[in-house]
Amino acid sequence: MTWSNPLRDPRDKRLPRIAGPCGLVIFGVTGDLARTKLMPAVYDLANRGLLPPSFAMVGFARRQWENEDFATEVHDAVREHARTPFRESTWTQLAEGFRFVPGDLANPDDFRTLADTVAELDTAQGTGGNHAFYLSIPPGLFDQVARALADSGLAAADAPDAWRRVVIEKPFGHDLASAQALNEAIERVFPPEAVFRIDHYLGKETVQNLLALRFANQMFEPIWNNHYVDHVQITMAEDIGIGTRAGYYDGIGAARDVIQNHLLQLLALVAMEEPVSFDARSVRIEKEKVLQSVRVGGAPDDASARGRYTGGWQGGVAVRGYVDEDGVGPSSVTETYAALRLHVDTRRWAGVPFYVRAGKRLGRRVTEVAVVFKRAPHLPFDVTDTAELGENALVVRVQPDEGVTIRFGAKVPGTAMEVRDVTMDFGYSHAFTQDSPEAYERLILDVLLGDPPLFPQQREVELGWQVLDPVLEHWASSGPPEDYRPGSWGPAGADAMLARDARCWRRP
Amino acid sequence: MIVDLPGTSSSAVARTLVDLRSRYGAVALGRVLTLVTLAQGADVEASIAAANHASHEHPLRVIVVQRSGAEDEAAAGHTSQAWQDPHLDAQVRVGGDAGASDVVLLRAGPALTEDVSSLVTPLLLPDAPIVAWWPGHAPATTADTSIGAMASRRITDAVACRDPLVAIRDRADAYRPGDGDLAWARLTLWRAALAGALDVVGTHGEPPGVRGVEVHGSSTSPSVDLLGAWLAWALRSSSQVRRVPGHGVAGVRVSFTEGDDLVLERPADATLAHLSIPGRPTRPVALPPRSTEDCLAEELRRLEPDEVYGEVLRRGLPRVIPA
Repeated sequence: MTWSNPLRDPRDKRLPRIAGPCGLVIFGVTGDLARTKLMPAVYDLANRGLLPPSFAMVGFARRQWENEDFATEVHDAVREHARTPFRESTWTQLAEGFRFVPGDLANPDDFRTLADTVAELDTAQGTGGNHAFYLSIPPGLFDQVARALADSGLAAADAPDAWRRVVIEKPFGHDLASAQALNEAIERVFPPEAVFRIDHYLGKETVQNLLALRFANQMFEPIWNNHYVDHVQITMAEDIGIGTRAGYYDGIGAARDVIQNHLLQLLALVAMEEPVSFDARSVRIEKEKVLQSVRVGGAPDDASARGRYTGGWQGGVAVRGYVDEDGVGPSSVTETYAALRLHVDTRRWAGVPFYVRAGKRLGRRVTEVAVVFKRAPHLPFDVTDTAELGENALVVRVQPDEGVTIRFGAKVPGTAMEVRDVTMDFGYSHAFTQDSPEAYERLILDVLLGDPPLFPQQREVELGWQVLDPVLEHWASSGPPEDYRPGSWGPAGADAMLARDARCWRRP
Repeated sequence: MIVDLPGTSSSAVARTLVDLRSRYGAVALGRVLTLVTLAQGADVEASIAAANHASHEHPLRVIVVQRSGAEDEAAAGHTSQAWQDPHLDAQVRVGGDAGASDVVLLRAGPALTEDVSSLVTPLLLPDAPIVAWWPGHAPATTADTSIGAMASRRITDAVACRDPLVAIRDRADAYRPGDGDLAWARLTLWRAALAGALDVVGTHGEPPGVRGVEVHGSSTSPSVDLLGAWLAWALRSSSQVRRVPGHGVAGVRVSFTEGDDLVLERPADATLAHLSIPGRPTRPVALPPRSTEDCLAEELRRLEPDEVYGEVLRRGLPRVIPA
């Protein structure tokens, strides 16, 4: 199509990107994610004027609800969790497009009802045959739902210029083989370009800012290699336990839950070469290249550590140990903490270990990437002058308090020459908006616009599993993980792993 | 915190800012721009409130320059007298009293405010862009004022002028890259809705040609003219403007060489408009009137010249025909 909208001048940067007429069908709409993230994100998008007037949202779940009950449910979720203030006019406009289909994922009749509802929306609401299906359900059901969508004719658009898309959430399998099977089930029904895999980390501003930091500036990229970098630490720590998520978490563990996807994606963005442009394809090519060159740095025993939290006191609160959580048995060997030493086999990164760690019930909630530099090759000071000088570091904080910190040495005031570490801090929220959009807002909008740069593709998912599979196999046959105290920074084995390299973990 | 500095100088104010920062923490770190506001009388507090609101999106330093008693002195022919008694009062607000910004209020007589740039230079953030804002009456060519020449963006508000419709045409005559007017920012939601609607019209390949555009709205709203001008310029069509009672823009109709019209209408005092796209059901669109706060925040989002606004002023406005 060569026609371009004359009202959209490329120089006119005030005009927001608004999705075209479309509908969003949510399976598993009664779940936590739908209530706390998806519905508020849809409302916030509408409130910011980024959804089309012809927008519809359909809920599908096993509840005997009418459309009005559903609207009430969404209303409560929006009131409680939305980021932007509640506005009656936005709500009135949005709520007209709400529908609820009571149904069972196993019942083909219910999918026919859904198909009728979607068709009704096309005429009443003007959604124009464009629909995205958000599968907020356990991955074990993807196959069944994909088939049902195909059988009921929902998976394919009826007009040539209309689209159907499917959105799935992690985990994308529990190892390489299952990831491939899962993908087959989805891609049997939807073409690869219609599959959107949500990794909400990639929707965060800081993750995208990482690319801006590296490739829009002159001062960082020249030192972004093994001449200057000693090692990289990527941390994702949570201070909470698994809560009520035992059903999901037990048997999955920290490595599968976050390292395979979030942390390896962060690693790819830190380590990748400069893409030729910032279109989705070029960025993906570079990410895939670097993920191909990632391997575990050593034998699994030497290059990994895992742990699980015990009961005890954390920040003044008594907490239960992992095996005592509801739904977890004493025989569980699932890890709640995992750390890996990874090597990136490229000219740029040869000899620079990437340490990644993720865990629950750790000291505090933080996600960050720390690039730790080598010491200066020569210090023209006395040894005692620089005793307190550490290594220079550049830390990208992903959450909370998104920003960048640089650590370097400065002279302590006084007559003696003494150099000590100081930090220079850039807070994203100090320099820019205090209300940067939620990751889900950005991602849902991108799904509706059909804009794929922030979504990992199947190949990246598979490469992640290839890295992790040998370690996971080794763990499966080595008994329960090491214990660690709640509120600490993980098991002794993780510290020992870095100590063997004469390094230590940063305290984030 | 509010610190009053009667009978002071700009460099003393700058020292106070540095002092406040070292005593009460990193007050001014991470500021991305300086907003110099040239306000008069009653505008002052309202414009500070708007700037504080905008500072939540763009942390900034606000410098408000208020000319005291300008009218009285000019009327009495005393302007030259002021040289003998130049007097500068200042007030610094930081922390909770200033939102996410820090605010410097400068009040001086005409002698000192004649050359605003010399007054504010010691207070500008190093290396950060400067935006000048005239919330009320503005000089004809803002780019020629001393502060306008330093600023990368100059924001005016035609609505606040005595005759808004004349004011917006004066802006067109005097346009320089970097100019902006809040009357244009007030239109963004309308323009976004219309652009989205035309996307839909064009979904099925080449849409029919545009036969004409009609915009109706209040007789005191320059935004009505700008919307007509934008559509005329972008769609290469004629544009009729019809005046109706009420506030702001009331509706737009785009007629095509074949088929139904594209209509976007907002009833008086409503926040919901109705959008009719040919071949689609009529849908409500939330189009609440925009506050000065929101418009200012939008203006500050881009610090390069708004070329489209320039084109609309110079090439679009002449195509607008009053009906």
